[in-house]
Amino acid sequence: MMSELLDRLVRDFGVTDITERPPAITTLKVSKENGERLIRELRDREGFTHLNFIACTDWIEDGIFRLIYMLHNYDSKQNLGVHIDIKRDHAEMTSIHTLWAQAWTYQRELREMYGIHFPGSPRLEEDFCLEGWDAMPPMRRDFDTAKYSAERFGHREGRVSLVPRDHMKVQLYPNRGGDES
Amino acid sequence: MKKTPSTLSTLENAGLSAEDQLLFSNARPRPYEPYPIKAIEDFANWARANSLWILAFGTGCCSIELRPLMTARFDASRFGVAGRPTPRQSSVFIIGGYVSVKTLKRIVRSYEQMQGPKFIIALGSCPANGGMYFDSYNTINQFDLYLPVDLYVTGCMPRPEALLGAILELQDDIKAGKCDGANRYIEHFDEYKANQKKVIKDWNMPDYNW
Ligand code: SF4
Repeated sequence: MMSELLDRLVRDFGVTDITERPPAITTLKVSKENGERLIRELRDREGFTHLNFIACTDWIEDGIFRLIYMLHNYDSKQNLGVHIDIKRDHAEMTSIHTLWAQAWTYQRELREMYGIHFPGSPRLEEDFCLEGWDAMPPMRRDFDTAKYSAERFGHREGRVSLVPRDHMKVQLYPNRGGDES
Repeated sequence: MKKTPSTLSTLENAGLSAEDQLLFSNARPRPYEPYPIKAIEDFANWARANSLWILAFGTGCCSIELRPLMTARFDASRFGVAGRPTPRQSSVFIIGGYVSVKTLKRIVRSYEQMQGPKFIIALGSCPANGGMYFDSYNTINQFDLYLPVDLYVTGCMPRPEALLGAILELQDDIKAGKCDGANRYIEHFDEYKANQKKVIKDWNMPDYNW
């Protein structure tokens, strides 16, 4: 049944990169233009009535964000991951809040953490986790979290970080200067 | 409606709208004055030490260890310690681990609403120096920049026994009259406030939450 469905999706929506991850996850890739239409079709006709989550990965080398919409079919117990690549600068994607109301929240989070815009999504600009955030969205890979933390929060004098392996060598072999051999 | 310009004796409450400013007090907090007779102050401290009410407010993963404290196995109530659901009724604020900026705002609000005497125990390495979240974009690295800490408990995460030990130590310190965190906060109020406002960018509450 699944392969039949996939064949049809290739024909009608031009999906590519179909990967089976047994036992119950299949992922596929679709263009940004066909994305919302494909997800709507899967929900309305193919029984993928549940949205597990929307996630995002920053592929900074390729200049894209990959959005991952994970859908679930309660009858066949199948999970279908729809991957959609969008451009990193002025990132924008069609909102799917009309399909699932909980998509609001995911989209709010994606706006805050990655700076992706979803036109029409309710309360999109409202703060979610980061209140009064005034820097680059922090989950973008070009955001330097250590530098930001040092500038904004400072560091306590005398704090040391120990690499557990090296530290334990010194603890276990003190006479040999931490040398195991 | 414009308020009179701030003087040293009142707070500005600049984060509030002009309308809301009328609804909140702008008085500055005053430090606690000990009883002039030392024996009475000592007696009061003894009483305070034996009636500690912990605010049930968990901030990070360390606060997982707060829960077993109240149950039969560790049973903190034998030391006269119990949990309270609201800051108005509590005297001990246990900062349970890492503090994100969003939580810090709630912590400041809750702490200021607590009525004296009040004490802060900072649990775990995160409030002390950032712990393993030292490079996180969203957690503060030194809690005592923002609120006064009376006692630190080390560990990641400290066991409930360590917390019990901390409570006993806090009791000793209170009896010895050494826990003056609340007064320190008020005496250095402007510095603490400036530090808080440096990280809490959307300051939309009164400068002191009475
Ligand atoms: S000290 Fe460790 S256990 Fe406690 S909040 Fe930090 S990371 Fe979590």
